[in-house]
Amino acid sequence: MEKRLTLPLTDHDILGLQAGDAVLLTGTIVTARDRAHQWLMDSFIQPITIPDQADLAALDHLKSYLDHGVIYHCGPVVRTYPDGSYKVTAAGPTTSLRQELYTAEVMHFFHLKGVIGKGGMGERTLQACQDERAVYFHAVGGAASLLATSVRRVLGVYQLEFGMPEALWVLEVKDFPVIVTMDAHGNNLHASIKAISSAALQRLYNKKS
Amino acid sequence: MLDITQKLVELIRLASTSLPDWVENRLRAARETELPGSPAWNALDAISRNVGLSRQNSTPICQDTGTPSFYIQQPVDWPQAGLTQQVRAAVTQATHLGYLRPNAIDPLTGVNSGDNQGGETFPELHFRQADGSRLVIDLLLKGGGCENVSAQYSLPDTRLGAKRDLEGVRRVVLDAVFQAQGQGCAPGFLGVAIGGDRAGSYAIAKQALLDWPDVVNPNTELAALEDGITGEANDLGIGPMGFGGKTTLLGTRIRAAARLPASYFVSVSYMCWAFRHRRMVIENGQVSYE
Repeated sequence: MEKRLTLPLTDHDILGLQAGDAVLLTGTIVTARDRAHQWLMDSFIQPITIPDQADLAALDHLKSYLDHGVIYHCGPVVRTYPDGSYKVTAAGPTTSLRQELYTAEVMHFFHLKGVIGKGGMGERTLQACQDERAVYFHAVGGAASLLATSVRRVLGVYQLEFGMPEALWVLEVKDFPVIVTMDAHGNNLHASIKAISSAALQRLYNKKS
Repeated sequence: MLDITQKLVELIRLASTSLPDWVENRLRAARETELPGSPAWNALDAISRNVGLSRQNSTPICQDTGTPSFYIQQPVDWPQAGLTQQVRAAVTQATHLGYLRPNAIDPLTGVNSGDNQGGETFPELHFRQADGSRLVIDLLLKGGGCENVSAQYSLPDTRLGAKRDLEGVRRVVLDAVFQAQGQGCAPGFLGVAIGGDRAGSYAIAKQALLDWPDVVNPNTELAALEDGITGEANDLGIGPMGFGGKTTLLGTRIRAAARLPASYFVSVSYMCWAFRHRRMVIENGQVSYE
């Protein structure tokens, strides 16, 4: 049975989640992937460039969405209509591990309560989940049309100059289906499966064909 | 020369939004082997529902529509330059219609071209002159997630105890599946090349994916290795999305190619479950799609 949670999330919500729990998320999420993470890092978190006024204005808005909120590792397909409105038609997760370099810092900076992606993340993110009281939510990779039906509205878009997949899309979602695979208690489903499959691989090697 | 731009747009729409029946059937059959209510079953069930929804609404099965890769066998009366122009026009149009995500990014400036045009190599076009009068165009949409977990090994491989023989091939291919875990969107399909040079080996591994669903490996030893690898990979317990379970791979295809004395490459092209492959055939002005 799925748990229903509404964003922004509280520490209480997070501590009640265990790896393996199915969750339906409702509220506002923000997409961010490779380019966005590097931009956040290089402009604001560990600045190596001086952000301009537009960057700072975007950051202010993003902070309001991301405080106790959730980042979604996703590069959606978005249709633009003549009146300037948007519709998300395909929005599955992208591989999260590429954001391992940034996620602990991004979580801390925005007070994130979670990230949504696929494939799981590494030790630094698992530690950050414990430190920041956050979780890793896994969405089904490739289920883009299905997940797009949970996106009710596009509330805004930032850094569209990064291109459609790499921009930060602010999405209102309803009952967005995910599974907790890394929790705030140090459990990591991906590490367990890796250990099981590693042992199985050694057995296959010993057997020979 | 006939203008087939709109037929090509339809080929792209089909590839992006309508998964081939044989792939869908394998995914459905895989779901039945998993424990109902388990994360593996739920993932395969979501995948099945997604496939139906994408076909019904003509929306991309996966938002990552990959590098559009066209494999074209053209008779002499279909000039390559004209076909290239029409394929490019169709790709741009399909992008504006939302069947393809704009995916071509300049690696130096970071600028996304917005229309899937990225110079000489994007979209990817492979031409082969064909006898007869049939124009055959295969389109493969392979996303970045599964491309990133594709791998190449140079045998012998000391770490894996892989010598230059089929047992060595087995060991490195199973390692590739292990390394991929769920990252390539399992359950996946493998195209494998034994031999070739670095670039050629990867290209052949990717093209081996086009052997589905009809071509059976004429080499019985390789055919047995294909089945053996698929079966053993499913014993790894990685499962759909890496959630654990019985279904990690849905099939393997192996091709062999001449190698140099010093080189023995084994390349693994990992295709995610969203195996978006469609074929268009034009003969005597009649267009058909597979």
